[in-house]
Amino acid sequence: MSESNQLRDAAAIVGIGATEFSKESGRSEMRLAVEACEAAIADAGIEPAQVDGMVTFTADTNPEIEIARNLGIGELSFFSRVHHGGGAACGTIQQAVLAVNAGVADYVVCYRAFNERSGHRFGSGVQGRPAVATAEASHFSWYAPFGLLTPAQWVAMFAQRYCHEFSAGSEDFGRIAVADRKHAAKNPKAWFYEQPITLEEHQASRWIVEPLHLLDCCQESDGAQALVVTTPERARDLPQPSVMVRAAAQGAGEDQHMMTSYYRETITGLPEMGLIARQLWNTTGLGPADIQAAIIYDHFTPLALPQLEEFGFCGRGEAKDFIADGTIELGGRLPINTNGGQLGEAYIHGMNGIAEGVRLVRGTSYNQPEGVEHVLVTAGTMVPTSALILGAA
Amino acid sequence: MTTTDVDEKAAFVAKLRAFEGLEVGVEEGADPVNQPMIRHWVEAIGDANPVYVDPDAAAQSVHGQVIAPAVMLQAWVMRGIRNRPAEGGSPRDELLRLLDDAGFSSVVATNCEQEYDRMLHVGDHLRTRTVIDSISDEKQTGLGVGHFVTTRVEYETLDGEPVARMLFRILKFKPGTGRQAPSDDGAKARPRRPRPSITPDNAFWFEGALQHRLLIQACDHCDTLRHPPEPRCACGSYDWHVRDASGRGTVYSYVVNHYPQIPAFDYPLPIGLIELEEGTRLVADLVGVDPSAVTIGMPVVVEWQDLDEELSLPAFKPAK
Repeated sequence: MSESNQLRDAAAIVGIGATEFSKESGRSEMRLAVEACEAAIADAGIEPAQVDGMVTFTADTNPEIEIARNLGIGELSFFSRVHHGGGAACGTIQQAVLAVNAGVADYVVCYRAFNERSGHRFGSGVQGRPAVATAEASHFSWYAPFGLLTPAQWVAMFAQRYCHEFSAGSEDFGRIAVADRKHAAKNPKAWFYEQPITLEEHQASRWIVEPLHLLDCCQESDGAQALVVTTPERARDLPQPSVMVRAAAQGAGEDQHMMTSYYRETITGLPEMGLIARQLWNTTGLGPADIQAAIIYDHFTPLALPQLEEFGFCGRGEAKDFIADGTIELGGRLPINTNGGQLGEAYIHGMNGIAEGVRLVRGTSYNQPEGVEHVLVTAGTMVPTSALILGAA
Repeated sequence: MTTTDVDEKAAFVAKLRAFEGLEVGVEEGADPVNQPMIRHWVEAIGDANPVYVDPDAAAQSVHGQVIAPAVMLQAWVMRGIRNRPAEGGSPRDELLRLLDDAGFSSVVATNCEQEYDRMLHVGDHLRTRTVIDSISDEKQTGLGVGHFVTTRVEYETLDGEPVARMLFRILKFKPGTGRQAPSDDGAKARPRRPRPSITPDNAFWFEGALQHRLLIQACDHCDTLRHPPEPRCACGSYDWHVRDASGRGTVYSYVVNHYPQIPAFDYPLPIGLIELEEGTRLVADLVGVDPSAVTIGMPVVVEWQDLDEELSLPAFKPAK
């Protein structure tokens, strides 16, 4: 397998736009998608009619043609959707990078929109899902009849084993939550603006599924996020400073299952993220020491730890020590989730994290560290996933 | 419903309605308001307020003397249990007999609204004047098909001083005509567990489970075991057979579910990732163990759960 590619610095993110993040948007998912795409196109300083490519998640309910019609985008020469839930996030950007480099589109809008709190709640899991005889549905036959039904429960099975093998514990997970909420407290766009938490509050929060407390779990949110991608040449003529996609990668690991890769020799790592890390480092020539800030996918805190390990910020099983002394908070060696992450800002399936990566390179984060050259952004864990390295032009 | 039915019903309701406004008559309490009945009542209810039983305490209260609990109102005139006369009697007796004869033979009190003009004291002697207020059309209720009968009752002293009034409503209904109440079995039966989705690739496993066989798919060519089942072995063979697992294994990892709570399960719900001694892993419920006592590495053995007629699943309990 090729563990590097030809797409170093091959495209730029030139616009970002989002709705407010809430628990009840009061309007349709479709309208949220349209609003976010309109805002991103406006931020990019282009006309809707210049957009000719659109990418979203297979999980999204808003077809690109509906948005194109609403916004007056007109003709589309490229459209694509990426599967596997939150693993798709950075993959949408990779699709756009591929498209603009292949010349099949000039300006590609990547988006995700949902009423994931006031509408269908992902936290409820697969209960009540029809038992149709497809491979994708039958996958859950090994879990749902036993009561292992929700993302939190699927993640907890990994987390328990991780704690066992590496002498980690709930407090180590809690430090991720504390860092997220500390950053969210300074972000007026975050749902938990001005509401930091302490490790004691994390420990006191109720069990959702042992070993996960409530405060280990991301939010369920209503909202939408969109981003505009184009070639570096076109980006130079646009008003926003170009944020280069240094590299983009997808990965599915060996013996990969959707949320339940329980059958590998060891289940404490994320080999699909390891595959992505190798691609990103090999493509860019960069390494962990070159990254000044990161958006580490945080649907549930425990899996932030092996992500840091897979990318080589620390050795296997050592993430709990790496994060122990404020390393991941603003002012530390590697501030993560400076928007508050999905625990603190909103759960927009990783797309709001990419937008924060863009702000970090632009220098406009509400928690802006000094001297950010490169930002790592990751997507969903325990699923086939994706990641980006962003940097200045 | 035929026109005749409608006509008959309308005629019956008209007959019932003829009783609206009729005086049931005057009834006199057998005894005046008295301390022994008050004492029995507050003891039965468990009301320790001394204003009902202690003249000294009552004298210090806003009432200045012992009072009867206001909601004892009916007790001061209500007669003991008696059979309705087979014929004659008050208009109420006639009305209820009419309903009984039409099949509306069951009764339940549904509403009682009382208004009080003043507190009652020991020595007050009451009588009632009762009027049939209204009779409803035929209603389908949870208990059955029936008519609501409402009476108005005026309470006054034998001197004619009004002290209270009451609106009292009963439902006279046909037994066995209620909306289907859950049977005892139905009330106890819990919702069924989420169904597995059965495909040609996994059906054998769930069919085996119904026979309490814990099966593992094995490749015909290289004998490699695989779970979850898949159509093709890594060696390239599509041919396979099943092996019966011993049912012994260890807990490789586990969770304890607290939320969300699905009615098909009991919580907290411990679920294990079991490594069978044959080498494959599977997810299954942990039973016969306190959730806080589960540990990774714990030896376990299968215990079958017959959940309903189409679903049996392996669970695992601590091995002896």
